[in-house]
Amino acid sequence: MDTNTEKQEYTITVYTENQVGLLNRIAIIFSRRKINVESLNTSPSEIAGIHRFTIVVMESRDVVMKIVRQIEKQVEVLKAYFNTNDEIVWQELALYKVLSEEITEKVKVERLLREYGARAVAIRKDFIVFETTGHREETNKLMKALEPFGLVEFVRSARVAIIKESSGFHEKLKDFEKKQPSEDVIENEYLGKREAVFTM
Amino acid sequence: MATKKLTGAQAVLEACIAEGAETIFGYPGGAIMPIYDALYDYNDKLKHILVRHEQGGIHAGQGYARTSGKVGVVFATSGPGATNLVTGLADAMIDSTPLVCITGQVFAHLLGTDAFQETDIINITMPVTKWNYQVTDATEIPGILAKAFYLARSGRPGPVLIDITKNAQIQSFDYEGYTPCNHIRSYRPKPVIRKNFIDEAVALINNAKKPLVIFGQGVILGKAEKEFKKFIEKSGMPAAWTILGLSALPTDHPQNVGMLGMHGNYGPNVLTNECDVLIAVGMRFDDRVTGRLDKYAKQAKVIHLDIDPSEIDKNVKAHVGVWGDCKETLPLLTLGIQEKDRSEWLKVFADYTQKEYNQCIKEEIYPSTDEMTMGEVIRIVNETTKGNAVVVTDVGQHQMVACRYAKFNETRSNVTSGGLGTMGFALPAAIGAKFGALDRTVIAVIGDGGVQMTIQELGTIMQTGVDVKIMILNNEFLGMVRQWQQLFNDKRYSFVDIQSPDYVMVAKAYGIEGAKVEHRKDLQTAIETMLAHKGSYLLEVMVGKENNVFPMVPQGCSVSEIRLK
Repeated sequence: MDTNTEKQEYTITVYTENQVGLLNRIAIIFSRRKINVESLNTSPSEIAGIHRFTIVVMESRDVVMKIVRQIEKQVEVLKAYFNTNDEIVWQELALYKVLSEEITEKVKVERLLREYGARAVAIRKDFIVFETTGHREETNKLMKALEPFGLVEFVRSARVAIIKESSGFHEKLKDFEKKQPSEDVIENEYLGKREAVFTM
Repeated sequence: MATKKLTGAQAVLEACIAEGAETIFGYPGGAIMPIYDALYDYNDKLKHILVRHEQGGIHAGQGYARTSGKVGVVFATSGPGATNLVTGLADAMIDSTPLVCITGQVFAHLLGTDAFQETDIINITMPVTKWNYQVTDATEIPGILAKAFYLARSGRPGPVLIDITKNAQIQSFDYEGYTPCNHIRSYRPKPVIRKNFIDEAVALINNAKKPLVIFGQGVILGKAEKEFKKFIEKSGMPAAWTILGLSALPTDHPQNVGMLGMHGNYGPNVLTNECDVLIAVGMRFDDRVTGRLDKYAKQAKVIHLDIDPSEIDKNVKAHVGVWGDCKETLPLLTLGIQEKDRSEWLKVFADYTQKEYNQCIKEEIYPSTDEMTMGEVIRIVNETTKGNAVVVTDVGQHQMVACRYAKFNETRSNVTSGGLGTMGFALPAAIGAKFGALDRTVIAVIGDGGVQMTIQELGTIMQTGVDVKIMILNNEFLGMVRQWQQLFNDKRYSFVDIQSPDYVMVAKAYGIEGAKVEHRKDLQTAIETMLAHKGSYLLEVMVGKENNVFPMVPQGCSVSEIRLK
């Protein structure tokens, strides 16, 4: 498989200033190139005042690299990384709402909870809300299991991901705050390795 | 410094003064009235040019930035005033022109209510600005404007738009003086230069038998003309330019081998596919330059110097990407490269030039037909100005001819809409170009199509008395589209037959002198009269209706498949 042109899931992690409108600036980088965003999450990062975007796209490495550079070019973006699935630890959270009557009568709820690692986060007379976290296949499984019993509502969060090799952003941020950032801030690891990395 | 009370509007003007932006192009309106009211008292420090349309204002700002090397400043009101800036912003974005545009906005409490002349200009302009920001509180103004000017001019320059709500313009606050910005932690104007890539590039150049340097506006934007000249001179390399790189190297420099791309010169296009090392300096491999990408310079090792890391590997993959400001990277390369005599390789270019001259150029600049050609007009301009004028061009056939044949001795002498191809650019841009270089002759070369798009700016010329020479090369067609229709659409001339008013009478109505030339015998004198005239002058030259611009790399073809006819 050619990793440069073959599409696969990439998780893009972006550290940014917390600024109104930045979400839009990042979003239009994808929409301008007609690239569908599979999932997008914004949250605080490990550093106060610094935001972290986690964006999942199904794209080739070539395209993702170009996008990441366009993202980094935005004034309020500090750094953007991209990783394949084996380079990250990630989770998604899913909520399932089912009718109490239906589920308690027809399903061994405790077996369901154990088998899918689910938790009940709300139990009411009329409905119950379950929660699972995991990869998409895992959260899908419970959805499939609940479908025959009248799944009323289902929602899944965007992906959140931790980069295995990352040592956080604290040190990098110090570099950014200097007027002349260190070499570490500017990564051009693939330059000069065209034969190894690129195909035309 | 002791604090004093200023309004937001006054703080905007103080920022312009502090940044040395003494010329402003603008148009007032409801939401920017407080700034215009403040401007009334700043007449001695700021020169405001009242344009006739906001698009004219921003193109003038671009022209000013291009000839002066400073940041162009443009004022417009909210709603339609702001949306009229969009074309200019897109043009400045793609051509990396430093601009700070200030737009008025409705009161903050009215935002999102569809108030009169409210438009979401921040979101509209997001893809066509380097940065934009909405100010709703006057205390933000000094800091935000400092950031705006810094971002517009630093790194790869570009347009910045600051939208200021009316309440923030009116609001008084304790002004603590203006502090220019020189660092934003999330913004890195210049990438760190990596020595290993400099070394790799030097080694490639030293081993090259047939190196070709291609350069763009990065050389001019980086104010690196001298560094560039030293670089190519040391090892005798031929250098070819993109349309925006034009004038960075004098036309008559022995290593200047001409223009790249679709209507560029024969040699540099064909030999792009024969060189062994291609050294791209401050250019972005636009499709009009590369032609068919999968047949572009495949045999060559590519060295790409650019200040914007996202340009490297974007269109053409670089073997060695030299990130950095070329004012700093070029001397590093020059230091390492060996002095070489490459006269044999330059001779190959000269042979191609001769071929092109015989088959194309000669007939264009010394035509044997009765009809006048655009090329001969430019030749006479060259002979009259000796290559010392600023030439501002619009978009189309005349633009290609002017860029191909105009002679330049000095940098920042060519102002054109390159990346966006904005018809209507030249007339307002020439006004700005003149304000940016008051001691130089500014000639706007415009087609009969483009001039009608922004002809209202004759009013700006009338009112300001700015000295701009306007040359309309009238072929009674939208010539470039007509050329394509002739070559690729079986001469189906669909809506390219455009009529013109009597331009000389139009000019006269605006108090501008003018003349029309229909015969070759009058051409030389007419051009001399125009250039000798004190003040603005409009010269309309009737040129051949169905002349084509050649050579041409047809779309979808490789640069080596360039056609001479």
